[in-house]
Amino acid sequence: MENDKRDRDAGSGGNLPGEAWTDGLPKGRRWSGIAWSILFLLVPVLGAATFIVAPYYDHWLPKDVSVHGKAIDGLFYFILVLTGVVFLATELILFWFMWKYDAAASSKPATYIQGSHTLEVVWTIIPAATMLFLAIYQMNTWADVKMRRPRIAPSAEVVARQFEWRIRYPGRDETLGTKDDLFVVNDLHVPVDEDFLVQLKSMDVLHSFFLPNLRIKQDAVPGMKQPVWFKATEPGTYDIVCAEVCGWGHYKMKGRVTVESRADFDRWLARVEAEQDATQRGPDEIPVAAAD
Amino acid sequence: MSTVTQPHVPSKATAQHDHGSAHGSMSLSTFLSTYVFSKDHKVIGLQFLFSTLVWFLIGGLLALAVRWQVAWPWSDVPVLGKLFAQQGGQMAPEFYTMLFTMHASVMIFLVIIPILAGAFGNFLIPLMIGADDMAFPTLNMLSYWFMWPAFFFFGASFFVEGGAAAGGWTSYPPLSTSTVSAPGSGMGQTLWLLGLTMVGVSSMLGSVNYMTTIILMRAPGMTMFRLPMTIWAMFITAILQAFALPVLTAAGFMQLTDRLLGTGFFSPEGNVINNAISGAGGGQPILWQHLFWFYSHPAVYIMILPAMGMVSDILTTFARKPLFGYRPMVYSIAGIAGLGFIVWGHHMFVSGMNPALGITFMVATMMIALPSAVKTFNWLGTIWGGRIHYTAAMLFAISFVSMFIIGGLSGIFMAATPVDIFIHDTYFIVAHFHYVLFAGTAMGVWAGIYYWFPKMFGRTMNEFWGKVHFFLTFSFLNGTFFTMHILGAVGFPRRLADAYHYETFHHLQPLNAFMTWCAIGMVASQIIFVINFFWSMFQGPIAGRNPWSANTLEWTAPSPPGHGNFDFQPVVYRGPYEYSVPGCEKDHLMQTDPPHPAEAAAAAAAHA
Repeated sequence: MENDKRDRDAGSGGNLPGEAWTDGLPKGRRWSGIAWSILFLLVPVLGAATFIVAPYYDHWLPKDVSVHGKAIDGLFYFILVLTGVVFLATELILFWFMWKYDAAASSKPATYIQGSHTLEVVWTIIPAATMLFLAIYQMNTWADVKMRRPRIAPSAEVVARQFEWRIRYPGRDETLGTKDDLFVVNDLHVPVDEDFLVQLKSMDVLHSFFLPNLRIKQDAVPGMKQPVWFKATEPGTYDIVCAEVCGWGHYKMKGRVTVESRADFDRWLARVEAEQDATQRGPDEIPVAAAD
Repeated sequence: MSTVTQPHVPSKATAQHDHGSAHGSMSLSTFLSTYVFSKDHKVIGLQFLFSTLVWFLIGGLLALAVRWQVAWPWSDVPVLGKLFAQQGGQMAPEFYTMLFTMHASVMIFLVIIPILAGAFGNFLIPLMIGADDMAFPTLNMLSYWFMWPAFFFFGASFFVEGGAAAGGWTSYPPLSTSTVSAPGSGMGQTLWLLGLTMVGVSSMLGSVNYMTTIILMRAPGMTMFRLPMTIWAMFITAILQAFALPVLTAAGFMQLTDRLLGTGFFSPEGNVINNAISGAGGGQPILWQHLFWFYSHPAVYIMILPAMGMVSDILTTFARKPLFGYRPMVYSIAGIAGLGFIVWGHHMFVSGMNPALGITFMVATMMIALPSAVKTFNWLGTIWGGRIHYTAAMLFAISFVSMFIIGGLSGIFMAATPVDIFIHDTYFIVAHFHYVLFAGTAMGVWAGIYYWFPKMFGRTMNEFWGKVHFFLTFSFLNGTFFTMHILGAVGFPRRLADAYHYETFHHLQPLNAFMTWCAIGMVASQIIFVINFFWSMFQGPIAGRNPWSANTLEWTAPSPPGHGNFDFQPVVYRGPYEYSVPGCEKDHLMQTDPPHPAEAAAAAAAHA
């Protein structure tokens, strides 16, 4: 082949007289090194700006209305600050090295160094300690949300199916699966400032019970009963979103959760009960005592 | 595509081949055995490269279609609108679920995994260790040709009734095991599983070959700790594949029998989906998640370790400096690979898995941040005090470091189990893995293409247009993916055909429109790359053997290397990163250069 005849080191410069060494590659232009470093400087600058500006345009964590959400958000901010500092530091160092060690900026040879044992130890131990701290620090919150289940009977059962949330309240006997259970679809009502325990099931495929404002997410798995609990702190109506792809109608598997005072909650339950009784009562059935 | 993968030899006689007039000088069978069913690792590598680049384009267009729906749901689709005539030019929601499923499946199984291991692994391993070819050339050829059934199954699934798979690339049962759960869960899903199995066979054949070749066929003097990082990364990736893949293959077969024979490994008793009883029951949907992620989490490292290796080599070449902390870099790759086997559960924190088990996986996941941090610091150490040359390859390599920092740090949010409750299945996750896989791996792949193109085709790519390509891709990718963190902070869920009817998300459309414009710009910028690639293949400036004055063995071979690679058996005298050795008259000592008097003193000083 023609190439075989080519010089073995076609690209490398020879030894110029009077110089101890030569560059293996032609020097670039200084302004281009400057321009490229500034492009990489934009990464931390615009990155930080994005996170600073976003909350002012309401592009940020949705309002938290749960007790445990405070801890989750606190942890989010803690990690944001921690990673933010590391992000800015490393990206700025990268920028500075790019700016300073541009081949066009000096005629000194590159520093011949194979590494540093001390540095390796330092930058292994510091992240290790930080990550271990973070791991231990968050365990309590995780246990609160997923492991320390309140000792109460289920307040409601939520059964997910393509593409709706079927909700069952235990009724007056406070026991699920009895004759006085109350049924609603996509409309979860929750008393404010009370522990609320949901028994989550799925009828068909995987779904995920996502309440953004309550910082709750739990997959609903057919064949399993998942306990989900929270304590809502602020009355209002919020979204229930399905967060696990469940088929073509996944996007519209939408529910609402209404957080309200105990009195309003009881009134609502009574109204549901009355509506249900009205539909159940046949012409020859014994009238059930009116609700309230 | 494979027929155009002949390495271009810049001489008049062979240039005619490129224009299809090879028949005069070459019989059909010779042509087939040289360029189609070739056992030469370089031809196979280029076959992988061309095939995966074509799928990269398809995957990118699927992504644009996804972005169109997210930014402007239910609006008429431009260009492709005719496809949706029955929906009045709009995309149907089942079409959208198919789009994101196939975007991810194509990108992961037909692009990233085969382009790293298949294309670069094949092309570089024998050249960089000084071997004449792979240990098992026939196996190597088969590893490429097993990709074709996968191409066929994935490709054909778009045209079967109900369309291609629409259960997400994770194919979670029972959605995926029931054949009636959704459009696309019929034939499309079966073809998807068959395609996956074929990709697995291909990867396994490659993996066995890479391990054997790297262990047995290194040139004299090429000790394990003189291997370039690219080879270390390929070696450890091959080990990962060999140990993790069988689990996915088995699980895939179980899902296939669930679908075709009603075995019910993954579906519980009495499950009614879409008014039809699904399978025999007695199974557990979460079992699939464990098996799937037991492979697919290590696969995340299969999808980035080779890029890390290539970037390490490119950074040293263009900073004219030894790699900072060679051994820590090797150990950290091994550490990532080892820990990679015990972190799969972090994909399942809210799946219904025992929350106490979640804590275990959380701690392991936090620990895997360590080797990643070590790698990042060592890359920064490598360019510190260097003489940086801003070539297109170097810019892509530096951007890998810059972007990997973002992708690595955002991973800490989801490793923290309580925070993951909120951001799981939101765009925060989408941002994270696109920073790792696109802004990381894909940029690493481009760095590799610009860097090794002269070795592949004997010509260099156009630097100016390479830099334009870099600038546009880099800018648009950050516009597209960085903003996804913000969407994730609002809780914007993935995989929803339209989320704006939720009160929480209704105000996010303008931001999504901005991201889609950036995505369109990003895909459009690749036109520059494609033109540069093909133009340079035939018209680029002829490169010598060693256009970058680099040290590793492949640069001692002709560009492109002929059959058998080297003129004579290379003998290795040193590690791959001897740049700017003090007292040495040129700024690099190739691995094959005879021992230099200045070396010993310099090495002693540098280790102090």
